[in-house]
Amino acid sequence: MLTIEELTTDYGPVRAVDHVSLEVPDGSVTAVLGANGAGKTTLLRTLTGLVRPSSGHVTLAGRDITRLPVEEIVRLGMAHVPEGRGVIAELTVQENLRLGGMWRGRDAAPPAEIYELFPRLEERRTQPASRLSGGERQMLSIGRALMGRPRVLLLDEPSLGLAPVLVAQIMSLVRKLADTLGLTVLLVEQNARSALSIASRGVVLNLGRVVAEQDPHKLAADDRLLHAYLGF
Amino acid sequence: MTKFIDLTLSGISDGAIYAAVALALVLIWRSTRIVNFAQGAMLMITTFIASAVINSGGSYVLGFAVALASGFVFGAVVERVVVRPIEHAPPLNAVILTLGLYTLLVAVAGMIWGNTPRSFPAAFSLRGYKVGGTTLLFTPNDTFIVLVVIAVAVALALLFRATSVGLRMRAAAFAPEVARLLGVRVGRMLTLGWALAAMTGALAGVLVAPSVFLGPNSFDPILIIGFVAAVLGGLDSPPGAVVGGLVLGLALSYVSGYEGSALVPLAALAILVIVLMIRPTGLFSATKERRV
Ligand SMILES: Nc1ncnc2c1ncn2[C@@H]1O[C@H](COP(=O)(O)OP(=O)(O)OP(=O)(O)O)[C@@H](O)[C@H]1O
Ligand SMILES: [Mg+2]
Repeated sequence: MLTIEELTTDYGPVRAVDHVSLEVPDGSVTAVLGANGAGKTTLLRTLTGLVRPSSGHVTLAGRDITRLPVEEIVRLGMAHVPEGRGVIAELTVQENLRLGGMWRGRDAAPPAEIYELFPRLEERRTQPASRLSGGERQMLSIGRALMGRPRVLLLDEPSLGLAPVLVAQIMSLVRKLADTLGLTVLLVEQNARSALSIASRGVVLNLGRVVAEQDPHKLAADDRLLHAYLGF
Repeated sequence: MTKFIDLTLSGISDGAIYAAVALALVLIWRSTRIVNFAQGAMLMITTFIASAVINSGGSYVLGFAVALASGFVFGAVVERVVVRPIEHAPPLNAVILTLGLYTLLVAVAGMIWGNTPRSFPAAFSLRGYKVGGTTLLFTPNDTFIVLVVIAVAVALALLFRATSVGLRMRAAAFAPEVARLLGVRVGRMLTLGWALAAMTGALAGVLVAPSVFLGPNSFDPILIIGFVAAVLGGLDSPPGAVVGGLVLGLALSYVSGYEGSALVPLAALAILVIVLMIRPTGLFSATKERRV
């Protein structure tokens, strides 16, 4: 269980996340939706410690992680696939993957498990990641996050720049991971329909605030809300 | 013909030392994006420490080992104490800071050991090999220099390419934020990078000291040439630093042998300018792949 209480993050005078409270139960997929600048990325970055909140708390499995360094938060089972994927272009596919499990030492997921999930990566394992296509990079960064066998997976716009077929594949994979591994997922998306199709719950952010928190089907059907905050 | 062979061989030996200096600069540049202007002074200090060990009765091997070990520690301490606080400051701060450190270390060395250059022992004989009737300029000690630098370059390459700590160091250098998200303790990797760099610098110091003598400013010319070598190699590529060092060693040896040693600094500068004009990223830079 990931619990967020009254979390607030400022960039100088800009309040990017404004008193956000959320409970993300184990094994659930929570879609976090919102227009550009709504504060989605900042919310995820605050959760993993890349930026510091001005106030509020984050609790992971009963432990307050609000002020821990990034490396420690990762060691408690939080994996963050950043916006733009964060594949390290100079390293090979295999090296990127190994890196994801390194902090776990022997308990890391075997790469074979990831290659089974993404056979394309295995074909390209000795190539530098700079040669991968956008879709392959997305697979690599998700696979790399899974190498550390996380409890919580934060995904920042995984559908960005991908063809609809690939988006559907990634979404169903996310659902499968939550169902089979009990992974807790916070899925940030602008692609509301795809995200809501697999989510257990939907949250809409606007100007850093939670403006709606609902059952995904109701949310997907609420044209007025989606129109107001997501421009549909 | 003998002259050409002589110049080639001594160029390789000089080049090995430039390569070691260039490696020291490159290791720091690629992990912290800082040109370490204090490198010359740091390796001067560690060479003085080795000299003190040897003069008080320690063997050459002990002095050599102490130089490397003190270089390792020195690099780590400088990173932690001096560089870490300005990690997120504008690049100019680092320039001023490393220049300041250079000045400070030179002054301190002058106070402790005096400003008169002193001799430093070589590991092996400085008398050239005899081939047929002629004596070459290349000496057993040159062989030692070349072999040690090759060994260190290979060891560093293996460390980066074949070990998990090397992979973490590369990740921390290429993409520090992503590396942290993958659990890499980036701070420790930077400290280790500085430690290894200063150790490689310390190695260059003890290797070159017999020929330049040991004084607070003795190593400045070598540092400048090492810097040119590093830029030649792309500033962020360790293999590039080695090749740059060797190319420069050979080129400057020919210039010095055929045209006179007065032209060496000018030639180094000319090579730098030509390379920057033809390939501004150096011969081996990885930066062109740096678009994600
Ligand atoms: N490093 C920063 N410095 C200052 N302001 C920032 C910084 N990063 C984001 N902001 C501001 O914080 C607010 C939230 O930005 P954030 O990137 O979290 O939004 P987002 O929902 O992820 O947007 P997008 O959908 O475009 O990725 C915006 O007003 C943005 O301009
Ligand atoms: Mg964003």
